[in-house]
Amino acid sequence: MTPPASGLKVGLFATCVNDLMFPETPRMVAQMLGRLGAEVVSSPKQTCCGQMFTNTGYVKQGLQTVEAYIDAFSGCDYVVGPSASCVGSVRDQHSWLTKDHPNLHQEAVELSAKTLDLTEFLIDVLNVDDVGASFPHSVTYHSSCHSLRITKLGDRPLRLLRAVKGLTLIDLPDADRCCGFGGTFSMKNPDVSIAMATSKAKAIANTGAQFVTAPDNACLLNIGGILHRQQARIRPIHLAAILSSKESA
Amino acid sequence: MTAAPIVLPRDADGRLTPAPPPGELIDMPRFPVNAKHELANTEQIGNLERATATIRGKRAARASEVANWEELRSAAEAIKNKVARNLDHYLLEAEAKLTAAGAQVHWARDAEEANRIIVDLVKQTKAPEVVKAKSMVTQEINMNEALEAANIAAWETDLAELIVQLGHDRPSHILVPAIHKNRHQIRDIFVREMGIYGTPAPAGLTDNPTDLTAAARTHLRNKFMRAQVGTSGGNFLVAETGTLVVVESEGNARMCLTLPDTLISVVGIEKIVPTFDDLEIFMELLPRSSTGERMNPYSSMWTGVTPGDGPQNVHVVLVDNGRSTVLADPITRQTLRCLRCSACMNTCPVYDLVGGHAYGSVYPGPIGICLTPQMRGLHSAVDLSLPYACTLCEACVDVCPVKINFPEVTINLRKDVADHKRHDHRPHLETTAISAAGFFFAKGSRFTLMTKASSLFGRLFGWKRYFKGHTPWPAKVWTSARDLPVPAKQSFRAWWKKNHERS
Repeated sequence: MTPPASGLKVGLFATCVNDLMFPETPRMVAQMLGRLGAEVVSSPKQTCCGQMFTNTGYVKQGLQTVEAYIDAFSGCDYVVGPSASCVGSVRDQHSWLTKDHPNLHQEAVELSAKTLDLTEFLIDVLNVDDVGASFPHSVTYHSSCHSLRITKLGDRPLRLLRAVKGLTLIDLPDADRCCGFGGTFSMKNPDVSIAMATSKAKAIANTGAQFVTAPDNACLLNIGGILHRQQARIRPIHLAAILSSKESA
Repeated sequence: MTAAPIVLPRDADGRLTPAPPPGELIDMPRFPVNAKHELANTEQIGNLERATATIRGKRAARASEVANWEELRSAAEAIKNKVARNLDHYLLEAEAKLTAAGAQVHWARDAEEANRIIVDLVKQTKAPEVVKAKSMVTQEINMNEALEAANIAAWETDLAELIVQLGHDRPSHILVPAIHKNRHQIRDIFVREMGIYGTPAPAGLTDNPTDLTAAARTHLRNKFMRAQVGTSGGNFLVAETGTLVVVESEGNARMCLTLPDTLISVVGIEKIVPTFDDLEIFMELLPRSSTGERMNPYSSMWTGVTPGDGPQNVHVVLVDNGRSTVLADPITRQTLRCLRCSACMNTCPVYDLVGGHAYGSVYPGPIGICLTPQMRGLHSAVDLSLPYACTLCEACVDVCPVKINFPEVTINLRKDVADHKRHDHRPHLETTAISAAGFFFAKGSRFTLMTKASSLFGRLFGWKRYFKGHTPWPAKVWTSARDLPVPAKQSFRAWWKKNHERS
């Protein structure tokens, strides 16, 4: 049987936070997409989606990252990233960032449309719910704000999680409420950010699950920072790590 | 019939009405400073969380039962956009219809001019006081204090506005201004203050909501019965008929609109809807979005003067106060669609924790951080900080009945703040840091250098795994409460190069 992704050239959009802080996440995605038959490419020309700049009001710097993004990924059939927020930023912002730059705009629009979160690529393009993972633990899912309201992943992450062997999914109350990260918000409004993260971490710890997962390491960095400080037992883990797991019971 | 002249008592400060907290909202410190102050008030956080969770649930239930809810939102958006594009035409149409119906129309460029007009109108009646229907625009122009300065008492008659006024406080929400108070606190305010400004609270008043409401009713009843002048805002002004609309829950606005002989309605120029038929869309959207009710208990509509029935001197003050400046930008003028329903702040996780007082603005929450700096301009410390009082979680986008794209406006305002910082000839750490980061993020090759530095750092501190505080700026902002993982010893790109680019 031909693997579902064979013949597809997939650009791996690592994202800046993962490249620097969580390299194992894009590594696992590269291996998973390879197993599914894709030709995975990762250009060193990539930097970032640009939202750190754009969302803080520095549009010129945001535009420069769009140029780097186009440089890195033009020619790919799809660009796939393990971050709903970064993917959402590409799709939502690259078009208007380049609107006054006709030499970039067309390519930015085309590339944005081909940029997908890992969960979208698996379910919508490959039609795969079950990636053959096994993770015999209890897990609660934090649906990041951008996954819900910008990238609009819907229930895709949950469909993938439900197909993981041995995994017990525990509902998180008020799952759609923000964890307080907000990019530079966490630096510009630290007290509010910490108060929000503390309240989210409490709700997560109260589920009694062993792991909290999300489609974004940035949210997990924020929530996990509080959980680690409080020496909570529950541990953050990226969705891609669960989907790559072969751990048996 | 001429009543005996009323002589109003003065309080210990020599005032007719309770003094609000000193200072102007616009002079408040930056949002993060105010927010820190509010976060220390744990009783308030509890009050807010309970109230917003309830109202969020009610709104969601009432919106989800309308099959064509999304179509209604789109229709409302389209109508309000049409109003914005043709505002000059509709305003003149409204003025002509109001005048023909016996109302007098006054135009006010700003708060000062509006207050001057209102004070003059009240002085002409020789009345020492006005009864006020709840209105946001009169809060915006600070009408109460302008009247007090002219020795005229403005009595809030909305229950929550009354609580706030008697509490020497400021509203913290546009729909439920006393949302930050619980019933024990309200009882204490009534017992302490009512007697100074009118009918005292009954002896032995409990904190039972029914008793509190009865005390407010008794306190207000005297004021209603003797009032010669009423003031109101307006939720809508129908251009084709000159009809003003006020929707409310309590019936107190209805008293203000019908009992006094003189009625002064203060209305923002964006409150226009073109036709009476358009109202049906907004009357469906507004109560469901706002109080989470299928319809609001009282809807008052009036068109100028009806001889022998209700107020015989009807004035309408149309207020700009920065709105035409907002109108000038085709992208960010969408905030003028706002109906003041409060759904955005009820769903905002930032508002939920800090409450309305942190915003230095009568409009808090998502609409406040957009509209206030737009109307007042990006000049004061608080206005320059407001566009950043948001995580861009976009929860507000889903609930806005007129589909305001808050993050679009917010990011545009942040761009203006960043430009302002670049051009004010003062050093800004943020601008320098972001420009430096921008250099490294602009090209993959430069970013690779950055990952090498970061990995070196990771190897040096790798034994720690986490930074747990005692870090230098900017990391210390993060590590005051959150542990921060040490950067990876090998970046993703280094791993990729090693494993995929052998040659």
